[in-house]
Amino acid sequence: MAFERVLTRNVGKPEALTLKGYKQLGGYEGLAKALKMEPDAITEEVKKSGLRGRGGAGFSAGLKWSFIPKGKDKPKYLVCNADESEPGTFKDRLLMEFDPHQLIEGCAICCYAVQASTTYIYIRGEYTRAAEILEAAIKEAYDGGILGDSVMGSGFKLNMYVHRGAGAYICGEETGMLESLEGKRGQPRVKPPFPAVVGAFGAPTVINNVETLCNVPHILVRGADWFKGIGTDERNTGPKLYAISGHVERPGTYEYPIGVTFRDLVDGCGGMLKGRPLKAFIPGGASAPLLTQEHYDIKMDFDTVAKAGSMLGSAAVIVMDDTTCMVRSVARLAKFFNHESCGQCTPCREGTNWMELMLKRIEHGEGTERDGQVLLSICSHIGGNSLCALGDAAIGPVKSLVERFPEEIDRHIKERACPFPHRRYFENGA
Amino acid sequence: MSVHEPASMKPSGPQRHGGGFSEAALAEIQALRPRYPTTEALLLPVLHIAQREWGGWLPDEAIAAVAEELELPVAKVYGVVTFYDLYHQKPVGRHRVRVCTNLSCQLRGSEEIMETLRQELGVDEDEITPDGRVSYVHFECLGSCDTAPMMMVDDEYHENLTPNRVRQILKGLK
Repeated sequence: MAFERVLTRNVGKPEALTLKGYKQLGGYEGLAKALKMEPDAITEEVKKSGLRGRGGAGFSAGLKWSFIPKGKDKPKYLVCNADESEPGTFKDRLLMEFDPHQLIEGCAICCYAVQASTTYIYIRGEYTRAAEILEAAIKEAYDGGILGDSVMGSGFKLNMYVHRGAGAYICGEETGMLESLEGKRGQPRVKPPFPAVVGAFGAPTVINNVETLCNVPHILVRGADWFKGIGTDERNTGPKLYAISGHVERPGTYEYPIGVTFRDLVDGCGGMLKGRPLKAFIPGGASAPLLTQEHYDIKMDFDTVAKAGSMLGSAAVIVMDDTTCMVRSVARLAKFFNHESCGQCTPCREGTNWMELMLKRIEHGEGTERDGQVLLSICSHIGGNSLCALGDAAIGPVKSLVERFPEEIDRHIKERACPFPHRRYFENGA
Repeated sequence: MSVHEPASMKPSGPQRHGGGFSEAALAEIQALRPRYPTTEALLLPVLHIAQREWGGWLPDEAIAAVAEELELPVAKVYGVVTFYDLYHQKPVGRHRVRVCTNLSCQLRGSEEIMETLRQELGVDEDEITPDGRVSYVHFECLGSCDTAPMMMVDDEYHENLTPNRVRQILKGLK
């Protein structure tokens, strides 16, 4: 599929790591243009572009910015969510490691639009390499007059810092992230108040994902109409990174217009691994319910995937072939959610634990005929009953397993063992 | 993505401080202070520094030193330490191996990578080899799913692993 890469255009060009090289590649033109505009006009342009959050929720970025109160009585913050921890997701790491200035530019434009004077890039603690690359790029940006007391000579003041997390998925939830940034356990807050009103350190705060912010310079340079021309429809616009893993020939991060079909994604990866048939796929990270064969031609945009009963989420696509045991796969995801539940809300803390225990039991051939129903009952007790989205995310894969693959659960129970031979991936250690 | 160059945030081995931070670490903490409007916000970065200073983990002495430096209650620091996976409350090997075993890696053989580590090192997960050289744990998604299976050794990513490759990597750890 022919498509001019936007977000990943500098990947594979090592010069993009330096300020000089990035500028030669057309960098910081978006920021230069933004600084000559009225801040509100930037927000309007981003709103008009239809850009929706790339972290998972898909909320309008421009609308989010417009919620920030005007006036200078309080400091305002931008927190860039670089806590990429959703299993299957590795697109933001690519953006940060290969084109750090694109992110800095996006952050700077956002800050000018909402008149925030500080950006914290909250990056997951494991991404030490990306953190170092960002630190080096930020230093160069300060030295080159892009950041600091007068951004590109405009008189607008902006500081930018990298803040490393310490290994907790929940800190990717926006209010968990704010707690963590403030030096606390990353337990999500009650909303409202929303971060746009009471965010970091009690001040109005925008929280945007890395990929979302990386879109912004291009919207400024090429206009909202250009951006809207890419994608499925008015509500699903722009370029999108798809992080594809599992049983395909060439896993990787691929950039397409949003709304490319799943079939095109797999074909772009050189097809299914060893040509085996598809059994299931997860369209948007561990939190997204499973889709199957019948969704091969689904358009991978926010609304189409939602209509199919799943979610585009972070567009982390995990592909599973016909040798995959679905119980084993979902049991692994259940283990993840149990480990990462912050423990604040009882339905999520207890429910994720029970889901993991039950799925392991079924996988080990010790399930009972009631287990499918009990799992659904646990799901119904978690759903909508916890403060943040983690609980709802945790039930996605489990519910879809029971609903879409009841015969696999039955076979585990009737045969009193996992019916799928444990696949060995490596022969003779090779 | 290719194998990463070693990063500089690697634990530098056990050190003794007589209960406190080194001068260099104190200077580093001082330089961080203007970044945040509250002292409390320094807690995560300072715990990272402390863990590096104390050889890769946070004994009570380190937690006390952090609490004193930031004028926070020890209980508060302890509460934060226990919440996050990257802070360790017991000693670790000189080299710390984290194997991603989440779904994308499981679909590509991470369980065999864990088996290889167990066989080669002769200790269980979360134990240290008798020579103090290596400890290993399974870990949640490390964001390298396209190069599964993968593991981190200290701060370095090793990708597209096979059991043989794991054996080679282990041999290179001193």
